[in-house]
This record gives sequence, C-alpha cells and structure tokens, in this order.
Amino acid sequence: MNPLGVSFCGSRLRNPTVLASGILGITFNQLKRAEDGGAGAVTTKSIGPEERVGNRNPTCVALQHGMLNAMGLPSPGYEAMDDEWRQLKKMKVPVFASIYGASVEDFRRVAAYVAEKKPALIELNVSCPNTAEHGQVFGFEPSVAASVVETVKEVSGRVPVSVKLTPNTYKIVAVARACEEAGADAICAINTVAGMAINIEARKPVLSFKKGGYSGPAIKPIAIRCVYDIYEAVKIPILGVGGVTTGRDAIEMMQAGATAVGIGSGVYYRGPNVFGLVAEEMRCWMHANGVASAKSLIGAAHD
Amino acid sequence: MIDFPRMVKVAGTKKDGGIAVLSLAERFPAQPGQFAMLWLPGKGEKPYSFLSENEFGIAPVGEFSNALASLKKGDSVGVRGPYGKGFVIKGRRILLIGGGCGIVPLAFLAKEAKEKGISVTSIAGAKTAKSLSLRSPLASCGSVSCCTDDGSAGRKGFVTNALQDALLLKKYDCVYACGPEKMLRLVAEICAKKNVPCQISMERMMKCGLGICGQCDLDGLLVCRDGPVFEGRELLKKPSFGRSRLAPSGKVTAI
Repeated sequence: MNPLGVSFCGSRLRNPTVLASGILGITFNQLKRAEDGGAGAVTTKSIGPEERVGNRNPTCVALQHGMLNAMGLPSPGYEAMDDEWRQLKKMKVPVFASIYGASVEDFRRVAAYVAEKKPALIELNVSCPNTAEHGQVFGFEPSVAASVVETVKEVSGRVPVSVKLTPNTYKIVAVARACEEAGADAICAINTVAGMAINIEARKPVLSFKKGGYSGPAIKPIAIRCVYDIYEAVKIPILGVGGVTTGRDAIEMMQAGATAVGIGSGVYYRGPNVFGLVAEEMRCWMHANGVASAKSLIGAAHD
Repeated sequence: MIDFPRMVKVAGTKKDGGIAVLSLAERFPAQPGQFAMLWLPGKGEKPYSFLSENEFGIAPVGEFSNALASLKKGDSVGVRGPYGKGFVIKGRRILLIGGGCGIVPLAFLAKEAKEKGISVTSIAGAKTAKSLSLRSPLASCGSVSCCTDDGSAGRKGFVTNALQDALLLKKYDCVYACGPEKMLRLVAEICAKKNVPCQISMERMMKCGLGICGQCDLDGLLVCRDGPVFEGRELLKKPSFGRSRLAPSGKVTAI
C-alpha cells in the first residue's frame, strides 16, 4: 500500500499534494509539468465566461516573507479551450477545474460546459481578491456563496464541486457551512490574503492593480487556523492551501484537518518539482515518526 | 527570496540605429542573455535584455518602450532581476545572428566572448539601414555582416540566408541567435541540419518573470525561468516554437 495515498472526493491521489489554482495551470503542458514534478493532482488556472486579459504589469512580486499578486483572472474563456481539454485526457493524475464568473449565471454557464469535460472536480473560485466584479465578492456572505453552489450543482452532474474560500472575511466558517448545506462536496481553503506593498522610493503601490493577494510562507498560520476551524464545522473534505512549501508544512495542514494540500507559491520557492520534494519529506517524517498512512494525519491535531 | 523592483537612477539614453540604449547609474551582476523587468510606475513593467551590466537595449515600438526610451539622466526606473538563464560560451569560434532588437543580448555576448579571446563573427539583420543597431560595438568584437529587408545596407534578404552561407564557408563551434521567433526556428533547423550546436534566446510575453504565472509558456517550458536561452535542439522538440504563443489572456495565438 502507498502510505502517501489519499482519496479526495472520489479521486485517488498518489500523494496529498495538489497544484493550486492560478499557478502554471494555463496549458496542458504546464499541468503536465506539475504532474511530472510529483503532484498528486493538479488544478487549472480559473476558467472564466469569456476572454479576459487580466491586469496590467506589474502583476506579481515577491516580498520578504511571501508573494503578492494581482494577475486579475486572465482567461481565454471556457469556449476557447477545447484543445487543452482534449490533451488533458493524457494526464495520469486527477485534474481539478477551477472556474469563476461575474454572476451566478456565469458560474452556471461555465460549470455546465466544464462538467461535460469530466474533470475530477470543479472548484468554484469565489475568493479571488484581484478584480472588482469576480471572485471574493461571491465569498464574503454565506447566502451568496451558497447560491453559487446550488446553481452549479444543478448542472455539474456527477462531477464533485468544491468551493475555494477567502480568508478576507470573519465569516469563513459560516461560508463553509453554508456551502456544505447547499450541496458542496468539498472546501478549498484558503485563497490569498488581501494585501498591498508600496515602493517607497517611487511613492507608489508596486502592483498596477494597487492591491493584491498575499501568499507564501507568511500566510501559513492564517491558513492553518482557517482549516482547523472549518474542519470542526463541516463533514466534507478540505483541500488545505496557504504557504505550504515543505513536507512539515503539509503535515501541519493535514493535522489541522486537510485531506489534501494545495501548493502554489511553493513553485516559486522550490521550482516545479516542489510536489515530489514535499511528498518525499512527508514520507521521511512519517517513517521517522511511526505514521503508517497519510490518512491518519487528517485532523490529528483536534481534541 | 525577494523580487521587488528597486528604483535605479538613469545615467542617460542614446539612440543607436533602431534602438535606444538606456544606461543606468548602477551595475547588475548580469550574464549575456539574462533580462530584467523594467518598471515605470503608472505605465507598466516589461522584460528587457541586458546590453551590459548597466545597459538595456530598447526598441521603441509601443507606449511603454517609448516612455523608457525617452527617460532622461536623473529619472528613475524600477528594476527587478537579473532573471533567467543566459548564454553559455562554448568553443573558440562563434557565430552570432540577430534580427531586429534581438541583436541586444548578442552584443553583450560578443563583448564577453572577445574578452575571453574567442573569435566572434556577427550577422545583424533589420528592416532598413536606419534600423540596424549596435553595428559599431559588434564591429569592435569581430567581423560583422548586415542584411536588410530592402537592401539599403548590406545584403538584401533574410539573416537566415546569410547564416547558411556562413556555415558553408567556415566551421563554427556554436551559433547564438536572438530575434523574431520564425527566424529563430529557421536558425535552429539550419544548425540542426549542419550539426552545429546553437543557443537561442527566446522572447515571450511575460507577467511574473518568476516562473509561476505561466504566461511565457513554451509547451511546458517557462521562458522566464527555464530560459530565455535554450539549446536549439530542445526548442525543435516543441511544436509551438516559431508557430504559436499565449496572448495575455492565455489564449493560444499564431505567431
């Protein structure tokens, strides 16, 4: 038996690491690279209702303890991606499809199309902080997030639906619970933390969008706390994301309650092979600490 | 790791054929072929090849590059970098082939190679005589031949024809190329046929420059982090090389 194997919404993962949405996930070849780098599953960059170029550069910088980005949800639009979908059939690991919209109706339209491509899971991005009209505006209020989930569940068929939540609300646990009640099959937590950086010599915000989403090592404690609280509030599995760059980080995330662990900024810190490195570090730790299976780590820190 | 633009003073700009040479008041530990992201607050941020440790070559083609090209001494520009993998100098006799502003990283390479005592031959191509750039710095490193689309300087026609002739006349240890991607694909094919190693500096639209956003995708290779310099043979395995790239939305677009 593979000690690192976990099951997430019916998908078998060879290890708990998952390429988080927004990193490298524009094309099949990039997702393949994450697979080759050892990922247990991969998530596409969020797919939108129409073509969108995103924000102007600068869109991403790395600060002392984390990264700040405001890509602004660039997407070719769901109808322009048939070639990629065809190629995605060649992937050996499960593919999670992230989607976004500017209205509940957008989510329905994109989800209906994407569901036909039979991804392993549809992830609803109701948490991106980097555009005015998409993303986290759907994730602040439990009732709004629930309405997106209900609508998507009407068209998603057998494809499980996960909801990626924003930490930029004190209601994250209530949002998670409302999504579960609305029929969500999993929770993904967390998206980036709203942040900003100013170049003091230029006297200007460094990102052209001015504000951005903060990720990387600095946000790990925030993510751990959110996952811990959500685990106590819902029964559906959690994909824990936020600042995971090492095997120890991944184990901490699982002990907080995550069934699988997303890695995004870690690709910057350790390269596209970060997934295999993290998995190997987990295996070593488990061996040294007498842990026979990664599954037994899930929620281990709870009383 | 910190990748944050630092404001650096401009020492001056000067025109050289089709490009503007932007000189900064500070030197960077850059290798030929590496690039930096240059930022003008409120205007944008784009990747540019180093021409030397403190210079960039800018082709003024749009709003942003024109703003860069018209900076004055004492102005500031945000710089993050050097980024990417540069050229590796191989052998005793090398051939450089540049199209348009692709000549910029090659002029930097020519200088470094000459200092190492390597024989440098260059082929520079441009649309017209007026847009040929960096001829004199290249000439100070070795022989230079020119090609223009209209024949107003040097030979009329493409640099790839000149490359084929050059490879017939002499044996080179390595060919180095930078320019429009269709030209680069031809260069790689010609070198593969002649069994001459070649290193190619690629240009793709970039956003993060840090190897995570995927904008500069080349069939799974990231031009910003895995490149911008690649072995020609590696590139020829990539179906999109010289044929398609990603638009800012991520949509696959023909070149």
